[in-house]
Amino acid sequence: MRAPVRLTLNGHPVEATCPDERVLLDLLREELNLTGTKRGCDLGTCGCCTVLLDGRPVLSCLTLARLADGRSVTTIEGISPPSGLSPLQRSFVEHGATQCGFCTPGFIVAATALLREHPHPSRDEVVRGLSGNLCRCTGYAKIIEAVLAAAEGR
Amino acid sequence: MDASARPDPLRLLGGRIPYVEGPLKVTGRAEYTDDLKRPGMLVGRLLRSPWAHARIRSIDPSAARALPGVYAVLTGERYPTAFGVLPITHDETAIAVGKVRYIGDILAAVAAQDEATAERALAAIRVDVEPLAEHTDPKVGIAPVTDPIHARGLHGSNVQKEVAQHFGDVDAAFARAAHTVRVRGSFAGVTHAFTEPMATIAEATPDGRLTVWSATQVPHYLHRALSEVLGLPMHRIRVIKPEVGGGFGGKSDPLPHEIACAALALETGRPVKILFDREDVFLTNHGRHPTQNDLRVAADAEGHLLAYDLTAAIDGGAWSSFGTVTTYYNGVLAMGPYRVPNFRYHGRRVYTNRPPSGAMRAHGGTNVRYTIEVALDELAEKIGVDPFELRRRNALAPHSTTVNQFRITSTSFLACLNAVRAASAWESSFRRLPFGEGIGLGCGFYISGSNSPIHFTPKMPQSTVHLKVDMDGGIAVHSMQADIGQGSNTLLAAIVAEVVGVDLERVHVVRVDSDVSPIDLGSYSSRVTFMMGNAARRAAEELKGRLVHGASELLGYPPEQIRVGPERFEVAHRPDLAVTYLEALHRAMERTGALTASGAYSSPPMGGSFKGARAGTAPAYSFAAYVARVAVDAETGDYRVGKVWAAFDCGRPLNRLAVEGQIEGSIHMGLGQLMGESLNYRGARLMNPSLLDYKIPMPMQMPEVECLLVGAEDPEGPFGAKEAGEGPLVATLPAVANALYDAVGVRFTDLPITPDKVVKGIETRRREGRAWKGD
Repeated sequence: MRAPVRLTLNGHPVEATCPDERVLLDLLREELNLTGTKRGCDLGTCGCCTVLLDGRPVLSCLTLARLADGRSVTTIEGISPPSGLSPLQRSFVEHGATQCGFCTPGFIVAATALLREHPHPSRDEVVRGLSGNLCRCTGYAKIIEAVLAAAEGR
Repeated sequence: MDASARPDPLRLLGGRIPYVEGPLKVTGRAEYTDDLKRPGMLVGRLLRSPWAHARIRSIDPSAARALPGVYAVLTGERYPTAFGVLPITHDETAIAVGKVRYIGDILAAVAAQDEATAERALAAIRVDVEPLAEHTDPKVGIAPVTDPIHARGLHGSNVQKEVAQHFGDVDAAFARAAHTVRVRGSFAGVTHAFTEPMATIAEATPDGRLTVWSATQVPHYLHRALSEVLGLPMHRIRVIKPEVGGGFGGKSDPLPHEIACAALALETGRPVKILFDREDVFLTNHGRHPTQNDLRVAADAEGHLLAYDLTAAIDGGAWSSFGTVTTYYNGVLAMGPYRVPNFRYHGRRVYTNRPPSGAMRAHGGTNVRYTIEVALDELAEKIGVDPFELRRRNALAPHSTTVNQFRITSTSFLACLNAVRAASAWESSFRRLPFGEGIGLGCGFYISGSNSPIHFTPKMPQSTVHLKVDMDGGIAVHSMQADIGQGSNTLLAAIVAEVVGVDLERVHVVRVDSDVSPIDLGSYSSRVTFMMGNAARRAAEELKGRLVHGASELLGYPPEQIRVGPERFEVAHRPDLAVTYLEALHRAMERTGALTASGAYSSPPMGGSFKGARAGTAPAYSFAAYVARVAVDAETGDYRVGKVWAAFDCGRPLNRLAVEGQIEGSIHMGLGQLMGESLNYRGARLMNPSLLDYKIPMPMQMPEVECLLVGAEDPEGPFGAKEAGEGPLVATLPAVANALYDAVGVRFTDLPITPDKVVKGIETRRREGRAWKGD
């Protein structure tokens, strides 16, 4: 079955035709050429493919594209301003919260959602809020620091 | 003499320098291999062996080739030349030839118009094999067998490498020892678990050239392997390294799929991409070797070390990979940070029908370090001295030579011990915390770059850096060093900016591309800061000399009186007389046009003349002393590492942000191996090839980390720096193990230390009637 999927992607209406079994990650990366969302495991274990569906973080590798029909999807490309960086992104850069960078878009998306829900999170809330994302480079220390600093406007 | 002879305070280096590609990474704009597409690109897929060990009778690709949309089906005979990262152990092929050696070995490669077609093609390949006996026990593998995994196994066995070394007289030392301890360590295999799965794109073009984009730590070794196996001269192959999403050693071999992908591109004339899924990544492995080691330590009455007597039995998996180095390292990396006057080592690495093990962060140094540091903790208790004091008494002196002739230059090991003892409140905690809580010390030692290049022409430099600057004033930096996230691009740019005196944003590190990047051997053995850093400094000094000359002509003062300023050149004693960087540049360019400069680094000769003497020699060594604090739930065996104090000697830290990042990440990886990571096998079959079943630590499992950077400047490192990429891992594991001992009175020597082992250990101690802190 191929049915049209109409969604609002990063604020723009988009229509795509894709097979029923196609996951959102493939729609984004392979068809729409939005490669900022990363493929780390295809099993919902690493969080690299995190996007926002109606503002809430989901794993796009486990989300069927057609479930996005009529809904709004925000990817790392939609979170990034047209030029420059968001305060959270700037904080990641300044705190060295990105090393290899492959998990970073997923963390930025997850942390953006977290800060929308808890603009002034405790350290514990940040740790729990990011527990769906794996990073093998940083030991998470500088990621947590960067999120807290961004929340405090540092 | 030029102006550089006078030491100026550093402007950039030594501070916290955000990574230069940070803005691209936080916006998802950094390009990794799988983000790239080429026009007309085909999908490459690999048929993996379901057999652990089998002779291939025949492979019939005809049905697969006949499928519409299938462009090529390749089997091993097409490119049968053996390769491997070490020139002495070429035992891999791009696609299996004659035999398969593990579940996951590559039987065939296909290129098709899309994924679904490629999968159909794989299913249509008919393979007929004769299964052979599976070899999964390295202890059994030391004896001759009917069908050894490789013909090159020693004397018809599965032994890939055997090392026997003896320095001094170990037996005499034990005979006069006042104290001896023995620790037998057992270590499950662990893997890198980087987040970016391997990916390669290859494209052959009608001009007779082949371009390969690949997620690799070693573009130069890949370049060589492609040339050897495909029979194309290196100058007709172009290797490009996009951003790499972590490596930790897992991308530090030229890998079969990279060559198979290139072969498919040559066969089809179309670009081909091979992208791994997570199971492919686990099956490719090259992680830390499953190992059993056995260490006896002899000491005199005061705890001065007299001898180590060490053996290691190492499960190599299906291929050699770095295994010859692994076999040496599991012994010789015992030779620091303490003075050990007598040393005997016997190590064997044995092929098994399991995914290959290889180099993983702190390669060869992690497991032996664990066993040593646990043994020293036991020795200190036996003698009745504080663990710090025992280590102080035995610390290697600066500018000394080990019994196996390692050249030790700088060491700030004593400073590490002092700093971590003070920061961790050791005095009031050790053996004084209540039952279930503990504190432990573990120390570290690691090479700062392998002195031996894995090179077929060892007289060539290990790193070369080129600079090019045109009238716009931007400095393009070329080098094949491989930034895999550790921040080497940032360091390269910062060293150039520091020396030339320009703003960091003027310096642009050009993506690794063998057409333009001069050779650097890549990211392994913690060599990049030391070797690339020295090469970059020399290139930048040469460029600076040209600019100073231009400024000298403009200012009418001799070059030796010109001082480099921020973005300017001034007369040393008349700072009011100055020209801007661009003015000096344009003057310097008048005769030559764009300026170019080059710098290179070769490590000095070192090491003994006995067999294997080069293994473990390095132009410098890092040192570490870590204290960990743990809390154990004696009922469930669950434990939590609350804090790690990490004192590290990387010489002068050039980018504190990056050094801290390496320490924090190393602690994450070390804790993973200690607390739970394990590649689990049933016979030859890997049972947990996913990040769901192979769990790396999550944010809530990470302790607080306090970094104490206490290194003094190294005499040969760039601006006094040494490595910080791998050494920070090794002290982590024994620090926690020794803290567990302090907490519950049990020595754990079987890794990973899972809660069931903790419960069992406590029960055994109680049963044996040994009380601990009132329990």
